Amino acid sequence: MPLLEISGLRKSFVSPDGAKHTVIDVPEFSLADKAQVALSGESGLGKTTFLNLIAGILKPDTGTIRLAGQEVSSLGESARDRLRATTLGYIFQTFNLLPAFTCLENVLLGMSFGPGADHAHAEALLKRVGLGDRLRHYPRQLSTGQQQRVAVARALANRPKLVLADEPTGNLDHANSRAALKLIRDACAENGAALLLVSHDREVLGQFETVLDLATINRATKPAEATV
Amino acid sequence: MTIWRIVLKSLRQHALSTAVTSISIALAGGLLMAVWSVKEQAQATFTQVDAGFDAVLGARSSKLQLVLNAVFHLEASPANIAWADVLDIQKHPGVELAVPIAMGDNYRGYRIVGTTMEMFTKSEYAPGKRFVVEPPGRMFDPNLREAIVGSFAARKLGLTYGSKFRPYHGLNFNEDEQHEDEYVVVGVLEPSNTPADKVIWIPLAGVQNMSGHSAETATDVSAVLVKLRSVMAGPSLEQLYNKRGNRLTFAWPMGATMAELFNKISWFDRVLALVAVLVAVVAAGSVLASIYNSMNERRRQIAILRALGARRSTIAWTVVLEAIAIATIGSLISYVLYGVILTSAGAVIRAQTGVVLDPLAWHPVLVCAPLGLIGLSAVAGLVPAWKAYQTDVAANLVPTD
Repeated sequence: MPLLEISGLRKSFVSPDGAKHTVIDVPEFSLADKAQVALSGESGLGKTTFLNLIAGILKPDTGTIRLAGQEVSSLGESARDRLRATTLGYIFQTFNLLPAFTCLENVLLGMSFGPGADHAHAEALLKRVGLGDRLRHYPRQLSTGQQQRVAVARALANRPKLVLADEPTGNLDHANSRAALKLIRDACAENGAALLLVSHDREVLGQFETVLDLATINRATKPAEATV
Repeated sequence: MTIWRIVLKSLRQHALSTAVTSISIALAGGLLMAVWSVKEQAQATFTQVDAGFDAVLGARSSKLQLVLNAVFHLEASPANIAWADVLDIQKHPGVELAVPIAMGDNYRGYRIVGTTMEMFTKSEYAPGKRFVVEPPGRMFDPNLREAIVGSFAARKLGLTYGSKFRPYHGLNFNEDEQHEDEYVVVGVLEPSNTPADKVIWIPLAGVQNMSGHSAETATDVSAVLVKLRSVMAGPSLEQLYNKRGNRLTFAWPMGATMAELFNKISWFDRVLALVAVLVAVVAAGSVLASIYNSMNERRRQIAILRALGARRSTIAWTVVLEAIAIATIGSLISYVLYGVILTSAGAVIRAQTGVVLDPLAWHPVLVCAPLGLIGLSAVAGLVPAWKAYQTDVAANLVPTD
């Protein structure tokens, strides 16, 4: 049984002029346990919306999303929060670290909404991503590449079954991009987590054995419409 | 623990607004507690201070004026009463002790009161407590120009054992009206925390025969402080002087007379309560404004926390707890302000009346005001908390700056 199964998924937004725009229309999609899949697509094709739907941040208009045996779209908001805290890891293009919290606290915070803060595990993860000597540093004291590594450690903190990565190397230079991608893939593999990564970067996509074109799976992909 | 960690970080992140808002809460709390405590303590003290006597006999006037003049050494004496009236009340079977006092002079604004030795040897200003002269002093000789000085007056005037001074005529200090008579300080009283502390005591004859005073009234006194053998004697004496006579006033019971004063100004209590509520509401409003105004910059942080799995209710709680934390910090500081205000106000009240306020005295307002402010702030925090609760996660995950 796949880790993630999507069926008949649709999501629309109403624009300021009152017109309804369908951004996501995915009839079928699935992801196997521990698989690593890249979704390709240019900006504005609804990649982030697709990931937010899987993460339960957005609620679909219709369709089902079954993640690790749970029907995400039918869960209440609290249950979706819980699912995000226990089953999912999310790596953002802009990292989304909390500036007032240290590296260690950023990782611990991710844990505290899930199974609970585990200092030893958080420190081990930060050491794993090469930041063992930056535990008490604040994000502003780190380079962009180091911030990305904190984000990776945070995404893996709750031993998730699935890691969603939204253009995770979009803010990195070429060398850092390759290193970050390798780290994400290795770390997910080591932790037994599946990885669903979206990117428009051919260099990044070239690293994956399985690359799916979002335009193929999302019938709503008309760049002019998909502005969300 | 997580929530508190987020709250503490947020307080630190918005340190300036946290400090300013906490100080506004502290000012409100300190002011509330101080005003209320001064009012309550003043009321309690003024209705309880009786200098160890039950009543005052004086010239026909209001009871309140008599008590303020004879016991609190405030206000002017309405008129003098004859020595025969003193003898009459001293002989009354219901009277245990009647001590005459005479006023009309001052030394640099501190009232000089003439009295007899019985004031110090027979009366107790509080149960079991008599006026005591600090060593090496002694009580004055009623036949000499000697004085004993209340502790507060002695400190303010710089009078010590052996000091000499010449009284001034009248109850208010006028440099041009100094008497010829010179008095020697033979003792300073130990603090009694009563109006007696701000008085200079001399023999009764000293005031009566002071140079420049009229010889015709040399035996008159200003009032008589009366201690009754039993409370039952009060009504009959009141009947005797207030109902049947029309020359004198018998102010009894003293506590009720003072309570009457506070009853007359009970409207002030209501105004005070209204002001207190308004001050508290304004302070809570500052908490609301402070947090609400920072909600725009918090949206992304809220969205990140939500994306990490934080529940809407958790986020809302952090905002309410932040309001509570700000109010708690402010409330703790308010105790310092309370101490400062009460000490300052206490010094003024003591200088004016001799009545001592205790900044450490317990009063429910010391708990109710801070708790009320914290509660109001928590309610005020519900508004930004609701805004936080409604934050659109997907729309705010992307940086806007």
